[in-house]
Amino acid sequence: MSKNVTLTIDNQTVTVPAGVTIWGAARKLGINIPTLCHHFDVKPYSGCRVCVVEVVGGRALAAACSFPVTDGLVVLTNSPKVREARRLVVELLLANHPHECLTCDRNQNCELQKLALDLGVKEIRFEKAKPTWEIDNTSPSLVRDPNKCVLCGRCVRFCSDKQTCAVYTFANRGYSSIVTPAFGKGLREVACTLCGQCSVICPVGAITVKDDTELVLNAIDDPEKVVIVQTAPSVRVALGEMFGEAPGSIVTGKMVAGLKRLGFDKVLDTNFTADVTIMEEATEFLHRLEANKHMPMITSCSPGWINFMEMFYPELVEHHSSCKSPQQIFGALVKTYYAELEKIDPAKIVSVSIMPCTAKKFECTRPEMHASGFQDVDIVLTTRELGKLLKSCGVDFEGLKPLPYDPVMGIGTGAATIFGNTGGVMEAALRTAYEVVTKKTLPAVEFTQIRGLGGLREAEIDLDGTKIKVAIAHGLGNARQVMELIKAGNPRKWHFIEVMACPGGCISGGGQPITSDINYRAKRIRGLYDDDRHLSLRKSHENPEVQALYKNYLQKPGGELSHKLLHTTYHNPHMDLYT
Amino acid sequence: MGSTSPGQTVDLTKLEPVFEKFVDVTKGSLIPVLQAAQDTYGYLPFKALEAIARHLKTPISQIYGVVTFYAQFRLTPRGKHIIRSCQGTACHVRNSARILETLKTTLGVKPGGTTEDLKFTLETVACIGACSLAPVMMVDTDAHGRLRPDRISKILDSYSN
Repeated sequence: MSKNVTLTIDNQTVTVPAGVTIWGAARKLGINIPTLCHHFDVKPYSGCRVCVVEVVGGRALAAACSFPVTDGLVVLTNSPKVREARRLVVELLLANHPHECLTCDRNQNCELQKLALDLGVKEIRFEKAKPTWEIDNTSPSLVRDPNKCVLCGRCVRFCSDKQTCAVYTFANRGYSSIVTPAFGKGLREVACTLCGQCSVICPVGAITVKDDTELVLNAIDDPEKVVIVQTAPSVRVALGEMFGEAPGSIVTGKMVAGLKRLGFDKVLDTNFTADVTIMEEATEFLHRLEANKHMPMITSCSPGWINFMEMFYPELVEHHSSCKSPQQIFGALVKTYYAELEKIDPAKIVSVSIMPCTAKKFECTRPEMHASGFQDVDIVLTTRELGKLLKSCGVDFEGLKPLPYDPVMGIGTGAATIFGNTGGVMEAALRTAYEVVTKKTLPAVEFTQIRGLGGLREAEIDLDGTKIKVAIAHGLGNARQVMELIKAGNPRKWHFIEVMACPGGCISGGGQPITSDINYRAKRIRGLYDDDRHLSLRKSHENPEVQALYKNYLQKPGGELSHKLLHTTYHNPHMDLYT
Repeated sequence: MGSTSPGQTVDLTKLEPVFEKFVDVTKGSLIPVLQAAQDTYGYLPFKALEAIARHLKTPISQIYGVVTFYAQFRLTPRGKHIIRSCQGTACHVRNSARILETLKTTLGVKPGGTTEDLKFTLETVACIGACSLAPVMMVDTDAHGRLRPDRISKILDSYSN
């Protein structure tokens, strides 16, 4: 298998392992072959024909994204024939694509737009031949505009191969071809977990995040309202990319300053409630471990994952931690504990959260999420929406002077920061569980054995004599494997499992900035681990604001008030969906 | 997107012999299973597709993709009698357009459509190989040739039960 082959591309010789595609071999030579349907997260599909190249002696042009190299192959990526074919392909795509670039959500971040520019397409000689489709606005998280769809099938492949949900399919044929949920249903009417990965992998504006920025501006403009914002752990490591920073850059202080500039009354940190989550979840885990009840226990921070579990494995809901997600714990506390402390009428609070996640937009509307007597979180904006909002409000992000969070619910530890990474919630829980169980200080804070990007990672952790088996899954395909193993009687004897709906965890959630950097997940993950390393507080139970919350308000983790405000139940609120 | 809706009552026990025929659950059996189901119901009701999805462990979206790709599959019921109005060259020169027009007004449906009482489905066909009888139409397996618009009603009446 490890055989090497040598070939020639554009008169340059290159040696690559057998099985590599022409596209991959060309990259090694620094030759960019444009692609549209091809994406590093999914298998090649050879549908769009933008990546065609001339294989000398070949019958027709070949799709470089899927053509495996062989010894002695001679390839031309820049011949007149190739240039003409690529331009024609893009011209045909543009003929059927609405010319609404200036008002499109993906303006200046659109792969079709970039292709047209890069390939020098100067005119569109053809008329639109495709029918006009209705825009699907049914989802609380996503908007689907099939008119902008270029039929690249990236969403189809990601949703079925990576997430195993297969929401999308190609339907019909010829000009009537469309990417759609079964029976042309809306996204809300099928078993969509709202993970939003389709909106990240879509090269154009056919799948976008539902825009709630106007709601936020209206709240800020209302003098009667006290608008309080929380920011999720992984937003600080991604927002900078929308302003030209390298992937993995931490922009916490600038983000806080930007939010203040927008006019939020208080800027607080979801990291604070991530720490609270750990207090509750570690306590719950230790109780369940002792009682051997509903084991293994599975984390519940990822609302896409919760939707998945409720839709596909409703019989296993008892395995979930009853802890709400940090967003919802924040929402429940901000309209109770915080309102009391700051003497604000909770009815006047508009609770906004900035999230990496599209499913959070649904989570905040769930009937269980009204523990404060109000809707605990009123509006959820994704990182992408915040970036756009900052731009539209004239905030010079690059020039902002970093500011700290406001007090009381503004301190988070390093354990909370790493919530954004796959494995981070588990590591944070272990840091606290270890010290609670052993009453000793952790010899090494970092549990490096559970870090990484492996789809399903396992480890045995020694809590000073108590050995627990943990597993970490990210991406719903890996989560499904875990659920099947639990259904089969948990043969690997896991005690504690972390699941995140999105591959990589929240750092690459459905609402995060869209990038062409193949290594963006690893870079953002490194960014959050670095951030953790530089913080003086790295264990949730050491957070002084969390200690004050328990001392002055909740009494103890897992106590009566905690259960009322911070815990929830699961069921299937998803109506009669097609799964 | 077809009138197949989750509300229909469909006798799913009729699918059992189909599933028995395809016990070896493999991806490759989707099309034969769909064909057999369509033979059973005359079309592919939503409930039947849902049962097929479960049986073959194939996402319903992918089944929908296959069903809408191939012209042979139908998501809407067909009539008891299928009318195929020939539009081949010979029929065309003998003014088959007028015959089709008459069929459309008499039945109140367009080609591809089915009458509300589910009695007739109207289709067009390129040639049925009976050019000497042009203009011609088939009703089920019967050929009716040398048609004139004023004869259509009577022919249809003979299929009224």
